[in-house]
Amino acid sequence: MNFRTLLAGTALALGLAGAAAAQDPVKAGFIFVGPIGDGGWTFEHNEARLAVEEHFGDAVETVYQESVPEGPDAERAMTQMALGGADIIFTTSFGYMDPTINVAAKFPNVKFEHATGFKRADNVSTYSARFYEGRAVQGTIAGLMTKTNKIGYIGSYPIPEVIRGINSAYIHAKKVNPDVEFSVIWAYTWFDPAKEADAAKALIEQGADVILQHTDSTAPQAAAQEAGDVITFGQASDMAEYAPSPRVSSIIDNWAPYYIDRVQAVIDGTWESTDTWDGIGPGMVKIGEISSAVPEDVKAKATEVMESIASGAYHPFTGPLNKQDGSAWLAEGEVADDGTLAGMNFYVEGLTGDIPQ
Amino acid sequence: MDISSINWILLLASLMVAATPILLAAIGELVTERAGVLNLGVEGMMITGAICGFAVSVETGSATLGFVAAAIAGAAFSLIFGLLTQFLLSNQVATGLALTLFGLGFSALIGQGYIGIKGLSVPHIHIPVISDIPVLGPILFRHDLMVYVSILLVAATWAVLKYTRAGLILRAVGENHDAAHALGYKVVRIRLMAIAFGGACAGLGGAYLSIVRVPQWTEGMTAGAGWIALALVVFASWKPWRVLIGAYLFGGLTVLQLNLQAAGLKVPVEYLSMSPYLITILVLVIMSSGRSRAALNAPAELGRSFHASS
Repeated sequence: MNFRTLLAGTALALGLAGAAAAQDPVKAGFIFVGPIGDGGWTFEHNEARLAVEEHFGDAVETVYQESVPEGPDAERAMTQMALGGADIIFTTSFGYMDPTINVAAKFPNVKFEHATGFKRADNVSTYSARFYEGRAVQGTIAGLMTKTNKIGYIGSYPIPEVIRGINSAYIHAKKVNPDVEFSVIWAYTWFDPAKEADAAKALIEQGADVILQHTDSTAPQAAAQEAGDVITFGQASDMAEYAPSPRVSSIIDNWAPYYIDRVQAVIDGTWESTDTWDGIGPGMVKIGEISSAVPEDVKAKATEVMESIASGAYHPFTGPLNKQDGSAWLAEGEVADDGTLAGMNFYVEGLTGDIPQ
Repeated sequence: MDISSINWILLLASLMVAATPILLAAIGELVTERAGVLNLGVEGMMITGAICGFAVSVETGSATLGFVAAAIAGAAFSLIFGLLTQFLLSNQVATGLALTLFGLGFSALIGQGYIGIKGLSVPHIHIPVISDIPVLGPILFRHDLMVYVSILLVAATWAVLKYTRAGLILRAVGENHDAAHALGYKVVRIRLMAIAFGGACAGLGGAYLSIVRVPQWTEGMTAGAGWIALALVVFASWKPWRVLIGAYLFGGLTVLQLNLQAAGLKVPVEYLSMSPYLITILVLVIMSSGRSRAALNAPAELGRSFHASS
């Protein structure tokens, strides 16, 4: 596999080197963590890449490399892209954070955009979406729909983004159903259908009838479909091929407007290092259609949560909230600040189990 | 938290499902090794079977055709190994490793167009009457056909090796190829058939992953199952029924790991994830400590090349 990536990388570098001579169009590079056909996270980033191509036509050229491991190999892939003449490089996974910073230091004239991270530099921006807003909607549906009061959650890695999602889903499930319990399985992968399917099956066997996932493949949907009477939510992408059931709704990442914006900024020469974190309101997070498998009253309640978040009237992390150990976190009516959310490394009160360190 | 939240009946049932790919691959490798050939390419043959089976089942809409294609692809793939080791007398260890590497790359190449495609749904067969037996019914008799096929294959392998002339010849070739040759048996031909059988079984094992268990295609989806199968043959000291026990033990570990996590048990995930491999190593160490090959029941000519002139 590594050999294949190497070949692909070499071919890419050669291709880029050849094209760099032309100098004319702005070149945007994309580093993807999974295959573009994963049907989830990487699929949506690639859709946004295609949207960039369509929007700018000949003025912008895009290149991408898929299935780049989060580690030293990522640095190689980025370096090759930068050497190949890319003007802006989007690195689309949390694990690319340090490699992005390292490579960016070597190429001060290339702009870098790192997704879901928190380290910035003069030529490194970060951007992310407030997925936890979508999780609030999912949690509401999950809490109202579960009959066993057991909700399974497939986590990828214990990083703030995933923990935020678990907390948000739990708070809102609990709000509509005080008896609800969460079981979390850490899969330690973003994309491994076999493992995701096994994790989903283990959760279903233990009585979970709602499966939330923070991994990118559709394998848990397939497992739920086979088990029957289990509902799931599309992750990162709509996963509509599993609608109306088991997939009853989804969180869709909508990166296209942001990517077009940032590439435009490079063309205009107005690009600056920024930190963007948008949610349902600005449209970076979209909620996929709530399917016919969901009763009308549940759908109405979920839509209400979604609209109050979109309008800014309601923040998913509003006090009173305690941490898992019972210590106070947010007082009545207090809203979590972005700093705490960005580095969230604790469960809220009521969740069981430990976050692996 | 509490282990009582684990449903042991369902756990045992999913253990059988999780163990089936390893079991299929291991029983094939057992036959190959009993004929005196050490094929380390199990992982490569499994993944080739996985993609071929998945591709054919998606294109034709038939899981049966998918499995047939996987068996053929696995056998054809293993015959590359057969050609190199039996006719060109290449080193079996090196050739087997090469087969694994080649299989991983090759499957990734043909799998390009199949990433993210939804697989078929394979029906479970509820065997009438006995599937309604409490406890035993749900554990044993409510699976898809391949689970039963894999068990039948173990039984058949055991019976053939133990009671038939064909089995005797196969073992003779594995124990002493010169003597078998002197008796007029076609050593190379018999070994090629054993290799092809091993390849076909590994292909089926891989296809079980991509068609039934996941069901999807991803690069490298066998994730080391082939290596576990290889270790299993040693663990079972080349005896079919012990392969069955070993496979359920190893298959069980991976499933138990996830179940314990879901039950909120405070076991570090990393240790659980590595447990199948640790136990494999442990078994290998224990079994090879201070005992001769013969005590281990290993085929005497395992891994040695045969040429009629020598």
